[in-house]
Amino acid sequence: MNRHLLSTGDLTRDDAELILETAAELRSLADRPIKKLPALRGRTVVNLFFEDSTRTRISFEAAAKRLSADVINFAAKGSSLSKGESLKDTALTLEAMGADAVVVRHWASGAPHLLAHSGWVRSSVVNAGDGTHEHPTQALLDAFTMWRHLASGSSGLDGRRIAIVGDVLHSRVARSNALLLRTLGAEVTLVAPPTLLPVGVESWDAETSYDLDAVLPKSDAVMMLRVQRERMNAAFFPTQREYSRRYGLDARRMAMLQDHTIVMHPGPMIRGMEITADVADSDRSVIVEQVTNGVAVRMAVLYLLLSGNESDAGRTPEVGIPHPETTRPESDGGPA
Amino acid sequence: MPAETTAPSADGRTVLDARDISRALTRIAHEILERNKGAGDLVLLGIPTRGVPLARRIAAKIAAVEGVDIPVGSLDVTMYRDDLRMRPARTLLPTDIPQDGIDGKTVVLVDDVLFSGRTIRAALDAMNDVGRPRSVRLAVLVDRGHRELPIRADFVGKNLPTSLVEKVSVRLEEFDGADAVLISGGVTDGEEESA
Repeated sequence: MNRHLLSTGDLTRDDAELILETAAELRSLADRPIKKLPALRGRTVVNLFFEDSTRTRISFEAAAKRLSADVINFAAKGSSLSKGESLKDTALTLEAMGADAVVVRHWASGAPHLLAHSGWVRSSVVNAGDGTHEHPTQALLDAFTMWRHLASGSSGLDGRRIAIVGDVLHSRVARSNALLLRTLGAEVTLVAPPTLLPVGVESWDAETSYDLDAVLPKSDAVMMLRVQRERMNAAFFPTQREYSRRYGLDARRMAMLQDHTIVMHPGPMIRGMEITADVADSDRSVIVEQVTNGVAVRMAVLYLLLSGNESDAGRTPEVGIPHPETTRPESDGGPA
Repeated sequence: MPAETTAPSADGRTVLDARDISRALTRIAHEILERNKGAGDLVLLGIPTRGVPLARRIAAKIAAVEGVDIPVGSLDVTMYRDDLRMRPARTLLPTDIPQDGIDGKTVVLVDDVLFSGRTIRAALDAMNDVGRPRSVRLAVLVDRGHRELPIRADFVGKNLPTSLVEKVSVRLEEFDGADAVLISGGVTDGEEESA
């Protein structure tokens, strides 16, 4: 596997399945009395968040702590980042502190890529959402949730139909999901009003539709996206009411779904806008399970990226922990 | 101990065949029962991959003798290994703890080969996070020596003196299509090459 996780497009099918299988083993940890594993003891994971995000940050924090890593939270508000420090200087600070992994959330698309390839840091970089570009761990946890509910036998998600509905234009979750689900063999349909589909969507390996009612009966999973008002600087639809009438998931539409179809939402959801409360709280909804799965998937990602790459981890030699093999006194215990 | 008939093959010399393995497991099953004075509060935990089917077979033999089905589980030790940092990330294997847990039980860990003892140390740590057994015992099919930690097995299918350059491989019906313990590499007459 790659040393960084920047885009789900970088993952081969084998990589993706390894992450899902590892997550499946790690998920059983949630049922045990002691929810901790020693795998990343002594490693440091920095959560570098330039954009507010409570759920993703605490999910990464829980994942790193359950693997016994040390966690440093670095939020833009109230730090030097809000005083105008550049990404480069922040990165150099982290490097000097000896971070093994940097989990980065940034409002600018591509910031994690810059961090990973600039040579400023030697640590593994995990993209926790960059602008309107990608959010790979969210896509992995979505795929993991689908895999648990829909995968049959060894074929995984092959041929399963996934509808991604709503604000595709501003959604990094949609892009990461479309890329990953194609890699895993599923068929993706993006459903949105024409104004909320990105330019160039025809080059994505996914179908598009403007008509939710036509797509729902064929779908095995329906993923509702939040309308990201904070990123909207123009009028994309006439009124909220019209949007939720045409693209919201309500009880009437839920009745059109197949019996096994699951309803997903990456959160935070706006009840009454893209999804009604009775759908969000129904048996089909796996929205709460997605959160639980998120911790397991992020543990799998951190474990696979960090274990065993000590040689190139971000640690300067002079502060490095002595290698146990080389420091073991060979003469001890020998015949006197 | 005189060696069995040596059947050389491309993969090495067979030291235990299917019937030898079956007899060894039968003896281990009896020894476990004898030591435990019956099948009460016993739990068998196999260490993946090959410890798990061995644990199941021992449980089946105990069931045949005592008429009691004892709980069998598996315990993955990957995350507890002491060489995690030195190797590429390993794939995790299933951990499956029996429903009633292991608190207050007598746990018998089952593995195929006992070598450095590091896997067993990792298993003891892993078990620490799952519960607190009343006692822990260790059953192995083959003990090949060269311990690096103060660990010994309570029940041994066969003690197999080896040299460090030799390789011991356990084949089981469940994974490899047939039961056998093979030894390969090193000097053919079993002479120790290095101390």
